[in-house]
Amino acid sequence: MPERLLLTGNHAAAYGAMLSRAEVISAYPITPQTMIVELLSELTASGKLDATFITVESEHSAMAACVGASAAGARTYTATSGQGLALMHEMLHWAVGARLPVVLTNVSRAMAPGWSIWADQTDILSQRDVGWMMLFAESVQEAQDFIIWSYRVAEQVHLPAMVGMDAFILSHTAEPLIVHDQSAVDAYLPKFEPIYALDPEDPRAYGGLVNRDHYFELRYKIFEAMDRAGELLVAAGEEFGEVLGRRYAPLEGYLLDDAEYVIVSAGALTSNVRQAVRDARARGIKVGLLRLVAFRPFPVAAMRRILAGRRKVAVLDRNMGPGHSGIFAAEVRSALFGSSSAPEVFDYVVGLGGRDVRVETILEVLDDLITRDDPEMALFVGVKGLPIGPIRKEAEVLR
Amino acid sequence: MRWAVPEAEFVDPGTLGCQGCGGALSMRLVLKEVGDDAIAVLPACCWSIIDGPWPTHALRIPVFHTAFETAAVVAAGIKAAKRRQGRDTTVIAWAGDGGTFDIGLQALSGAAERNEDILYVCYDNEAYMNTGIQRSSATPRGTWTTTTPDENPEPRIKKDIMGIIAAHRIPYAATATAAYPEDLARKVRTAMEARGGMRFLHILAACPPGWKVAADQAIEVMRRAVRSRVFPLYEVRDGRHYTITYRPEPVLPIEEYLGLQGRFAPFGADPALVAAARREVDDRWAWLEEQHERSLQPATT
Repeated sequence: MPERLLLTGNHAAAYGAMLSRAEVISAYPITPQTMIVELLSELTASGKLDATFITVESEHSAMAACVGASAAGARTYTATSGQGLALMHEMLHWAVGARLPVVLTNVSRAMAPGWSIWADQTDILSQRDVGWMMLFAESVQEAQDFIIWSYRVAEQVHLPAMVGMDAFILSHTAEPLIVHDQSAVDAYLPKFEPIYALDPEDPRAYGGLVNRDHYFELRYKIFEAMDRAGELLVAAGEEFGEVLGRRYAPLEGYLLDDAEYVIVSAGALTSNVRQAVRDARARGIKVGLLRLVAFRPFPVAAMRRILAGRRKVAVLDRNMGPGHSGIFAAEVRSALFGSSSAPEVFDYVVGLGGRDVRVETILEVLDDLITRDDPEMALFVGVKGLPIGPIRKEAEVLR
Repeated sequence: MRWAVPEAEFVDPGTLGCQGCGGALSMRLVLKEVGDDAIAVLPACCWSIIDGPWPTHALRIPVFHTAFETAAVVAAGIKAAKRRQGRDTTVIAWAGDGGTFDIGLQALSGAAERNEDILYVCYDNEAYMNTGIQRSSATPRGTWTTTTPDENPEPRIKKDIMGIIAAHRIPYAATATAAYPEDLARKVRTAMEARGGMRFLHILAACPPGWKVAADQAIEVMRRAVRSRVFPLYEVRDGRHYTITYRPEPVLPIEEYLGLQGRFAPFGADPALVAAARREVDDRWAWLEEQHERSLQPATT
């Protein structure tokens, strides 16, 4: 029988790895992810989870250990955050090139300096092009379930996947969690059976020299696999609903049917957007929410279809890409480009370094969206002393 | 001496090693003792090339290529997975001096501290040879490389990697070289018998292009490194118990080691460098003899 517990996002992630029967776990402590690996250590030590836990000396080594274990045929898991994910970067590429379906949870935290442990998605979005699938959890339930969903697809396409969750807002917040029945998860997620695994009886070389005659094709196949992952995520999300009772999809719409204005959001912030949308609806504003659940592969076609014909779109970016715009907005604009009925996309950079994004903040964004004509590249929300708007070179914001 | 090296071969002919490559020969000798229930992990190093380009490869055991600084920990990850599969496959991390003394030291230290059940082999050619002879922290004082040119040869002594490894108190560590194959083979055998924890072999491997010696002098130069006591052959158990496994008699003057190699040209221009090198070698040997003697005493605890 499924169990109903009150747990934090971090502990839910640990349950997700346990239900997925991760066999080799390697991790390094970093706030605010540490609770995940603490609980996994306990579950492993108590025998509740039959896994090998390698307590490495860095995140780079955590990913390297996962790469080795996965290449030898084990289901592997790790968790990290901010600086740790950045340190893993080289080995994130390795997992992709070696076609290893490692799954990790990244508790998104602001990048230093200055030191900050608070919510900010620039860390995970900086890994955009490494070739990992990327899902963003909104709830404690999803922090658990998306790990299971990820393994299901990752092991079909031989690509790794990361699940993002926001620091503290989700990682340290307790919500009711349905811990699925293990046999139901086993039915959904069969044992990892790689096509190739390191085996002395089949002495192949993996990842060696390729000359200019082969590298391009290997990369092409990664791109193709990620494309397939898009369809498989949809199918596996449907099947999750049939087997485990909760249906998931790469995009989630809320009150979109007649919406003239759409707010696009990802992660825990989205729960406040839901409330703001309800409040605005009560005031007669036709607004809806489009939640980005999958960022890689990016659901381009579905997004174009859903946003076609809307009056205006606001993208909330708890991240930034200096010299351009918020990262989600750049992606949404790119997806819509060339569509004749594409709405204009307004990019609102909010809540960097864990600054609160309240329901009222989102309602202010909505008011700004309705009245503003020029979307600019990026609009900053909540910079001290400045109204919502583009950067103002003459204004002093911190003395 | 009786030939005590197995005849079995696990390296196919046709590798991409340079003529006289000490690294290629070391692999051949080590695998003879390890056997075929093994997996090799190769970080960036000459062996990334030597094993050959896809879809061919020279080793008769599986090879996993990995990033420069990760040999030890990737090997540990593979070992963890194999153990879960009920297999006691030997996992060899096979790295050069750059991947061991420099960029890989952190992961190596982590694996050694955790006493991972892997065989770590450093084939040391005393510089970044695969990228074209740049100094590493394994490059001896006074050496020419492309980043320590003749006018400004390597200013610092070679890093004491065996001391660092011994400080981790791993079950077994040893130095060896292909010029003394029986000694090397016996040490690999001892390392195999010490399975269950971390084993470390520091193998001096001549690099004819980088050392500027003729290919047919590769064995000779490695032999002279041992005979001049520049590269002592010894082993360390549990980080504390030292055994010198070969005492050259008579000891070769260091000039006969240095003079054979073009990379040591700066020594010819600076007699003080030779004197300093001789002093370092003598001090090191005296220290090793002390450790050897101490290790022969019964334990006091």
